[in-house]
Amino acid sequence: MATNNEKAKGVLVDLTRCIGCRGCQVACKSWNERKTGKTTIEGNFTNPKQLNSDTFTRIAFIEQDNGAQPVWSFVKDQCMHCQDPACLSACPVGAFTRTPEGAVNYTFEKCIGCRYCMVACPFNIPKYEWESTNPWIRKCTFCSDRIADGKIPACIKVCPTNVMLFGNREDIMKEAEKRMKDSPGKYVNHIYGKEEAGGTSWVYLSAVPFDQLGFNTKIPAQKLPDLTWNMLGTIPAKVGALVVGLSLIAAFRNRGANNDDDSSESKQGKEK
Amino acid sequence: MAATSTASALPAPAAGFKALIALVGVGFAAALYRFWVGLGASTNLSDSVPWGLWVAVDVLSGVALAAGGFGITAAVYIFNMKKYKSIARPAILTAWIGYTVVVIGLVIDIGKPLAFWHPLVMWNPRSVMFEVVVCITLYSAVLALEFAPAFLERFKLTGLQKFLKLFTFPLVIAGIVLSFLHQSSLGGFFLIMPHKVPALWWSSNLPYMFYLSAIALGLAMVSFESIVSARAFKREQEMEIIQGLGRGVLITLGLYFAFKVGDLAYRGALSQVFSSGKASVFFILEMLIGVIVPIGLYAVKSIRESVNGLFLAACCVIVGTVMNRFNVNFFAQAGPNSNYFPSIVEILITIGLVSLMVLLYRLAVTYLPVFHEPGKSH
Ligand code: SF4
Ligand code: SF4
Ligand code: SF4
Repeated sequence: MATNNEKAKGVLVDLTRCIGCRGCQVACKSWNERKTGKTTIEGNFTNPKQLNSDTFTRIAFIEQDNGAQPVWSFVKDQCMHCQDPACLSACPVGAFTRTPEGAVNYTFEKCIGCRYCMVACPFNIPKYEWESTNPWIRKCTFCSDRIADGKIPACIKVCPTNVMLFGNREDIMKEAEKRMKDSPGKYVNHIYGKEEAGGTSWVYLSAVPFDQLGFNTKIPAQKLPDLTWNMLGTIPAKVGALVVGLSLIAAFRNRGANNDDDSSESKQGKEK
Repeated sequence: MAATSTASALPAPAAGFKALIALVGVGFAAALYRFWVGLGASTNLSDSVPWGLWVAVDVLSGVALAAGGFGITAAVYIFNMKKYKSIARPAILTAWIGYTVVVIGLVIDIGKPLAFWHPLVMWNPRSVMFEVVVCITLYSAVLALEFAPAFLERFKLTGLQKFLKLFTFPLVIAGIVLSFLHQSSLGGFFLIMPHKVPALWWSSNLPYMFYLSAIALGLAMVSFESIVSARAFKREQEMEIIQGLGRGVLITLGLYFAFKVGDLAYRGALSQVFSSGKASVFFILEMLIGVIVPIGLYAVKSIRESVNGLFLAACCVIVGTVMNRFNVNFFAQAGPNSNYFPSIVEILITIGLVSLMVLLYRLAVTYLPVFHEPGKSH
């Protein structure tokens, strides 16, 4: 596993710095040449309400009341680029790959469209081109084309308040801990993504408890693919045991009866 | 097809036959529509519920419904329970048709139907889906070989039939092993999302629960078919066999119930049985219809000894287990934004596939030596 090697990149998202300008949302669309559509704002200012095949990232606007005035939190969503991705292990044809930099990418030529990756992803990130007759899965690419080119991801590049810090994952983890230590009481005591789903490349700091911001805090701190591998990995042993066991039972239960097996079928009708 | 002595002994299919063909035709048209316009326009699937009716019924339930195939062959060949030999062929036939239809359903469901063969050459051994596809493919081949004697007998190719007989045991064992692997792996799909599937269903034992309930369902399905076929062909009900099957279902359900309750208790989730809102309602319904009521029915002697009683119990198991597959699949995805009800195209295709199964079954039992007529040899 290429986790945490020197080249593994990460992004620290410090939500306390986000002003909700949606610059990242626009930059991502234009870098990735995604369609824009007419949208409406309903109920709250989050727009669109969910990620979709044309929106790899978007800012959720979360309004809370502290009695006197509304308090706003702005939360950027995109693929977390897990260190041991559920999507990658789930895909029957191996359409997902993880680059040494930690970007989890999708090979459209392989995909059969079973959508198991969508169901398996703990963060519900992969989205589908439902309206197409030749649909692909779509999700944030970590701008791996830019990274390969020595550039930083488009959404990070445009951010006016430096919400996101791109670097080696080890370094950004250290930075996250430093920020928490330097400003006691500013952040809740949790780095989201440090352990969730076995660790993700993108991690978050927040002043508001994560569960109030729509983060799923029930995701176990465990490499999720291990859960299925526990079952799949024992297949050879199970097959061996079953074949031997069944053969023994068959030999025992059918002892002395082997030779008349041939005739029993044709006699079948008359027996009754 | 010219009628032979075997075929002419059975009445030609009549009542309901045209209706079946019509339903298959409608389903076929709906499938063409789905290919033409894509999944988005023809289904109610969405980014919040990517797996719907087709996965729950056509795949998860369809495979489990066909579990009678390995259950009966195990009883007959491994455990040498000769009395079930007369239903081995119908059970294998059901399984074979079941898998064929499951594969058709899969091709309709996947977003890129023309890429359906990819898993056979692009392997990801860490994927449960990959394992299931491989097992289903291999098991379909095993079932074809297990059912081949019916064709060979029909066309009097005794030489080939003798040759195939040499492989009876290896085939039966391969079938049982493959079935164990993929029946349990269908539950294994959901292992990777422990935080999504409600505690009422999620357990590291989910694969074994799927396996056990598939056996109950498979046996119930075989007895359902035996009862219906005997009625349709005006044969006498083979009480000994359907009662034996009933006993099998009862034992499996008993094990399943104990396993389920023990597992819930072990994980400290018993209290959630009544406190999980909508999930509780569906969970309780599924357990009542699919497990508790049928156990009750089989436990009463007068019910257990009547054809109608056995029929009712089998129907309960079938409905309840299909509900279980539906529930696991839906609640695994259900978030605050999920609501899903299948579209008319999804429903018509599913009805079409079920009708296709019944149609193929009726054709096969009419024209091939599937049931050995009591008191009549050929
Ligand atoms: S967040 Fe989801 S899509 Fe992204 S790498 Fe992790 S499992 Fe895959
Ligand atoms: S939808 Fe495509 S990428 Fe996703 S798991 Fe299925 S084959 Fe793999
Ligand atoms: S990393 Fe690139 S693809 Fe991902 S959200 Fe940012 S701009 Fe979009």
